[in-house]
Amino acid sequence: MSIFVSAFYLFSFSAITGGLMTVISRNPVHSVLWLILAFLSSAGLFVLLGAEFLAMLLIIVYVGAVAVLFLFVVMMLDVDFSTLKAEMASYLPLALLIGVVLIMQLSVAFGVWSYADTAPGAREALINSTDHNTHAIGMILYDKYFILFQLAGLILLVSMIGAIVLTLRHRKNVKRQDILAQIYRDPNDALEVVDIKPGQGL
Amino acid sequence: MIGIEHYLTTASILFVIGIFGLFLNRKNVIILLMSIELMLLAVNINLVAFSSYLGDLVGQVFTIFILTVAAAEAAIGLAIIVSFFRNRGTIAVEDVNMMKG
Repeated sequence: MSIFVSAFYLFSFSAITGGLMTVISRNPVHSVLWLILAFLSSAGLFVLLGAEFLAMLLIIVYVGAVAVLFLFVVMMLDVDFSTLKAEMASYLPLALLIGVVLIMQLSVAFGVWSYADTAPGAREALINSTDHNTHAIGMILYDKYFILFQLAGLILLVSMIGAIVLTLRHRKNVKRQDILAQIYRDPNDALEVVDIKPGQGL
Repeated sequence: MIGIEHYLTTASILFVIGIFGLFLNRKNVIILLMSIELMLLAVNINLVAFSSYLGDLVGQVFTIFILTVAAAEAAIGLAIIVSFFRNRGTIAVEDVNMMKG
């Protein structure tokens, strides 16, 4: 089982390194790339936990869509980041203090926790060990949690509409079709027949 | 052997790194959004670890929904940043004070 153990340590170490370098890095493009490393490492952790559908979902959605979106925006906004990064050192003591305090609180909670006695009985969707993970998730996602699934789709629809409304710009000098004007065109007014004598203009 | 505590430790360290990044990057809104994504990732690792060690699939189903909401929120946050930058020319967090009384 040592390949399991070494794989866990490799993935978890690279996830933590990726996270740390994301917030520390000077160049925002490097930050996004370290974030992608953190996502890929935690996808590896998910595979180790037996949740391979979620691991692939993480790679496709988080890395393939969200991180690429971050990369687009970082490259699109031409901000002078060197002046921004120079101020980071002044916030470092406060951030370190809060981080250390949080770690201490979490480790205190960590040392004393244990499963509740009612925990095994409170399970809602038991894992059947003969099914694939994807099959098992599909069996309950479209059946028992169908409403939540549809609501998640609605959330995505709303966010798509919101993002388009916020960022769409109509340029003034670009010619566009006005569909309503085209539809309400009256053929009787479209043409006008004029009788011209030869040699005379209109 | 790897118990659940190993995964929970990893998730909590990642969460604290996300909060650390939140407090560190007052001048750069995009790194702020990335720190929030790190925190959500830590919560996802937590949920999936419990789902695996307790044998309950609800954790993974909930993680799918958290993933959905995180992606939607990242899209909207970046759209807001883009339109803010178009109007103001800067993305320093301290300059976001137009509604200050």
